[in-house]
Amino acid sequence: MIVEKKSTLLVQKIAAHAFMLAFLAIVMFPFLVVISISFREGNFTVGDLIPRNPTLEHWYLAFGLDYTRADGTVVHPPYPVLLWMWNSVKIALIAAFGVLGVSTISAYAFSRIKFKGRAGLLDSLFIIQMFPTTLALIALYAIFDSMGDISPAIGIDSHGALVVVYLSGVMMHIWTIKGYFDSIDSSLDKAAAIDGATPWQTFRMIFLPLATPIMAVVFVLVFIGVINDYPVASILLRSEDQMTLAVGSRLYLNEFKYLWGDFAAAAILSGLPITVVFLIAQKYLVSGLSEGAVKG
Amino acid sequence: MSVASIDMIKAEPLTPVALVAKLLVFLVTGLMLFAAYTVYMIGQPLFGVIVTIVALGFLFIFGMRRFYFARFIYPGIATMALFVIFPIFYTIYLGFTNYGSFNLLTYQRVQEVLLSSKITDKSTAVPFAVAEREGGYSIFFSKDEGGYLSDVVALDGTSVTVGSEFVGTAPETLLARRDAIKLRKGLAEVAVVLPDGTELRNAGLREFASVANEFSLADDESVTRVTDGMVFQPDHSTGFYTNDAGEQLTPGWRTNIGVQNFERIFKSEGIRAPMISIFIWTVVFAVGSVVFTFALGLTLASILQWPHLRFKAAYRILLILPYAVPAFISILVFKGLFNQNFGEINLVLEAIFGARPEWNTNGLLARVMLLMVNTWLGYPYMMLLAMGFLQSVPEEQKKAAALEGAGPLRVFWTITLPQIIPPFLPLLLASFAFNFNNIVLVLLLTRGGPDMPGTIIPAGETDILGSFTYRIAFMDSGTQFGLSGAITLLIFILVSIMAYANFVAMRRAAAKG
Repeated sequence: MIVEKKSTLLVQKIAAHAFMLAFLAIVMFPFLVVISISFREGNFTVGDLIPRNPTLEHWYLAFGLDYTRADGTVVHPPYPVLLWMWNSVKIALIAAFGVLGVSTISAYAFSRIKFKGRAGLLDSLFIIQMFPTTLALIALYAIFDSMGDISPAIGIDSHGALVVVYLSGVMMHIWTIKGYFDSIDSSLDKAAAIDGATPWQTFRMIFLPLATPIMAVVFVLVFIGVINDYPVASILLRSEDQMTLAVGSRLYLNEFKYLWGDFAAAAILSGLPITVVFLIAQKYLVSGLSEGAVKG
Repeated sequence: MSVASIDMIKAEPLTPVALVAKLLVFLVTGLMLFAAYTVYMIGQPLFGVIVTIVALGFLFIFGMRRFYFARFIYPGIATMALFVIFPIFYTIYLGFTNYGSFNLLTYQRVQEVLLSSKITDKSTAVPFAVAEREGGYSIFFSKDEGGYLSDVVALDGTSVTVGSEFVGTAPETLLARRDAIKLRKGLAEVAVVLPDGTELRNAGLREFASVANEFSLADDESVTRVTDGMVFQPDHSTGFYTNDAGEQLTPGWRTNIGVQNFERIFKSEGIRAPMISIFIWTVVFAVGSVVFTFALGLTLASILQWPHLRFKAAYRILLILPYAVPAFISILVFKGLFNQNFGEINLVLEAIFGARPEWNTNGLLARVMLLMVNTWLGYPYMMLLAMGFLQSVPEEQKKAAALEGAGPLRVFWTITLPQIIPPFLPLLLASFAFNFNNIVLVLLLTRGGPDMPGTIIPAGETDILGSFTYRIAFMDSGTQFGLSGAITLLIFILVSIMAYANFVAMRRAAAKG
């Protein structure tokens, strides 16, 4: 690393770039194919990477518009993609705000208020967090199936039920935010306490404003997590109009109704915004992830 | 209760605001208790108990000054108790019941369903015709010269009972048979009461007939089938009404059946054999996913750390793309690409090597596909973490080793790797636990398929334990919640072990760091 020959270095550089480019070609292959398919004619046809007769048919359908082919036949959108997107975004926003509120308040208490059993409770949170929702699916189905008898708004096929379940996934986020609060100088809240602030006031006036960066991280994490959730949404949502993207997208690749081209356009349309949000936030997300995970 | 209220008065002076707050606490508690009662009544008694506990917790925590600190953590703990902890244990509890498609209802509901079941008495069948009338239709049963004509009815699908009268002549506006058949949906919901009190309902395309209750209830809770006088006793060990001959009435009700589900898992060869194979594959899949993503991520991170490499930022952003795209979309994209008949991957492979691997029907290839896709999905996360940890390895040590004549690979194995493994360990364990239950990948990519031959319940070559239970409960094989819950207990035990190991590893990492 200190004494390196120019020629070997050049070979190494070329090798490194060649490896990277070859690997990126494999990684990018699916993306390129999907973009190409979304402009190709039909749902089965096999074609070149650059479509011979590019068509916007799949894109019209993805945006929920009828498309008139050259021969005059009108094609209707197979699924309400925009509605699914709206459902996903709506549920994710509500859940993200809810989780943020609940976990920030709890994290403050775990970081600053001394009470009996705090360490034990924190450890339990950490352990519970490792149990996947998959273990609870049947009970969640059974509970919300009965709840539908009280009001359809909280039963199967309602967004209310879904939001409630997502709200309960606060464990990991309490840990992340607590780690952040722990790093805040304790002289701040001591000064507030001397001035006669109650713990609630300290939280509201001092910690909440300071927590904005970590709250943004948690917000994006919950938002993306909810949009990506498949298991819970797939058992709680039934009708096509209520579905989220994750549940609905699967319908495109049904064995009996295989809409590969329509799916490609819908996938790009719905995946792109989330990808962009993630790429913008990833710097902060990654530091939040590893810190939240490693800090005890 | 009185003790609590004295405590409250002592602690806080009763200003109007405090009074309103106090009233609010009681009001909310009351509402929650009412909710608990309602939940109890609809057949979820256990959930009702949990809601009650949460309500009482609310009363104490927000009503008493002593628990001030707990007000901050109450919302988090309460939702978690209701929708994470309780459901996990409730699912396991269901493993000891027969809850499933034949036993969905409570005992009360089953009784109601059976007692409301009607049978048509074919001997009373009379042909009918439909007459068009002002504002709707009338149903006409001819008798002698005239017949019985019902009151006007809309036949729009709403359920109604209408009277009728005897008329001397048949109405002139009778519809043709096929027009009447078009109205059969509406006809199915109509009951016509004849002047003598017999009630007639639609019984086929041409006839109406009198209907009677199929079952009658006796004082000892047994039901008697009216047609043949057969007596059925409620059997709470199976959850069905059963007669002496062993005939069961459906639907049945949910009931506790002890360890029968577990016996099925361990004793029935058609379940045990696939279970073992699925368990082994689950472990292989989870280990494989961790090893491949870790190795690939670390390799890429090491190359990206190389000081002489240009365009690092561009490489980095392109390399994390698979992590940024929502997983459900990438997985479905791969499902399409790997389609063995018209997927693009096989097109490319055929063009280059002339081979069309059977990704969908060959179990081994399907598993390889699953691992490849999961590696594609998971390496960016490992890469990002590795880049962070690699920075913490002191540059001086690497330089010293290089001066001593160690090659880059030797430096990596002896200096770098030993230093990043310990902080990485908890994350690798977490990744293992995650992939152990990575049902999204399996359900969206293969749905568990291809199916194994000779199993009692559908089990696939690529099924992991989690997707297997999901399929038993919510897909093709019908809703066998009980059996599924029993397998969930096994997964729960395995996850508990992993969670504990992870917890210990995390503790150690935290103590060192």
